[in-house]
Amino acid sequence: MTTKPAVPGTYVFDIADNRQGYAINKLCSTLTTPANRVRFLADEAGYCDRFDMTPAQRTALLKRDWRSLLDLGGSIFYVYKLATVDKLSMQYLGGVFTGMTTEDFIAAMRAGGRRCG
Amino acid sequence: MAEVIWGLATSHVPSIGAAMDNHRTQEPYWKPLFDGYQQARDWMAEHTPDVIVLVYNDHANAIGLDLVPTFALATAASFPVADEGWGRRPVPTVYGHPDLAQHLVESLVDDAFDITVAHRLAVDHGFTVPLSVYDPDPGDAWPCPVIPLLVNVIQYPQPTAARCYDLGKALGRAIRAYPDDLKVAVFGTGGMSHQLAGERAGLINPVFDAMFMSRIQNDPQALASLSRETYVTEAGSEGIEMIMWLVMRGAMDEDITRISETYHVPASNTAAALALFENKVSGR
Repeated sequence: MTTKPAVPGTYVFDIADNRQGYAINKLCSTLTTPANRVRFLADEAGYCDRFDMTPAQRTALLKRDWRSLLDLGGSIFYVYKLATVDKLSMQYLGGVFTGMTTEDFIAAMRAGGRRCG
Repeated sequence: MAEVIWGLATSHVPSIGAAMDNHRTQEPYWKPLFDGYQQARDWMAEHTPDVIVLVYNDHANAIGLDLVPTFALATAASFPVADEGWGRRPVPTVYGHPDLAQHLVESLVDDAFDITVAHRLAVDHGFTVPLSVYDPDPGDAWPCPVIPLLVNVIQYPQPTAARCYDLGKALGRAIRAYPDDLKVAVFGTGGMSHQLAGERAGLINPVFDAMFMSRIQNDPQALASLSRETYVTEAGSEGIEMIMWLVMRGAMDEDITRISETYHVPASNTAAALALFENKVSGR
């Protein structure tokens, strides 16, 4: 059981998520050296073999299914390292999570951000 | 004896550092934020501390998910700048203050804060961006030693806001008990409202931010009494970083003077703020 807040539309990464998403997050954490970034991009599937991901996690990572990566235990701070390797921004991810284009998401932020209830 | 001379609260958004690193601070997107920093920077340049204690959170760089300390204090003589996945920021290596850091650890543990002791620590944007807000042009070296104090805010359960405020009070007591005459600045970093993921990504709550900005000076106890759920609901899943401002606030006196403040939306996906407070130190 957990006492963590349940806030609609919001991930609150917790201990159970750490357990579930450990392999995703561990892989992403290795992308903090230039050599690993090169190795990952040269052979993504082979790189994934080094981590004990479920088939769903592996598919989500290789297909860059960002929502599924978070649903399967990814932490945004780790998953963002994967996006960075792809030269994608946090605004791009914001668009993915909200169903907006990157341009519309950036415009919404520049207009003062989103009011969410 | 050592004393806390001022406290700085500032957001630590990575893009704020990137704007400085890439010489984009005068572009229309960034200029309002950096113009807002100027008064505080001028004042801090006239009131230089001997040491900074910088309260921040690591973002999946030095602290992995193998071991998640709720609070940690780093005691090494130097701290390298982290490669977070996009290369190191072009800023100097950080030098610590091992003797004061050791004293702080011993004092905090004796004061019932069983803090984790970190030695080797690569510091990420959560740490280097606030230093750049303080000193945008450090040259080859930051102007003084800096002691990292880490708070877990990325894995629930984070410490409560009340516990952060109490840690700040214990930190203040520890600083004031250090025998050398050191002038210490305390930085509380992170915030303000923002949420990076989920359907609420892009959340900004200027009403909550303004309330927090006001009460951090005059009614920190009210902020310390807010639940984690309130922080996440009102300020977003990453906006809970604001509890780290309460560590800074707790280290200061009850009465403090607001020197400067600024608030700007957006810095990428975040409401960015700065608030600078002078401590009411006796005899100053």
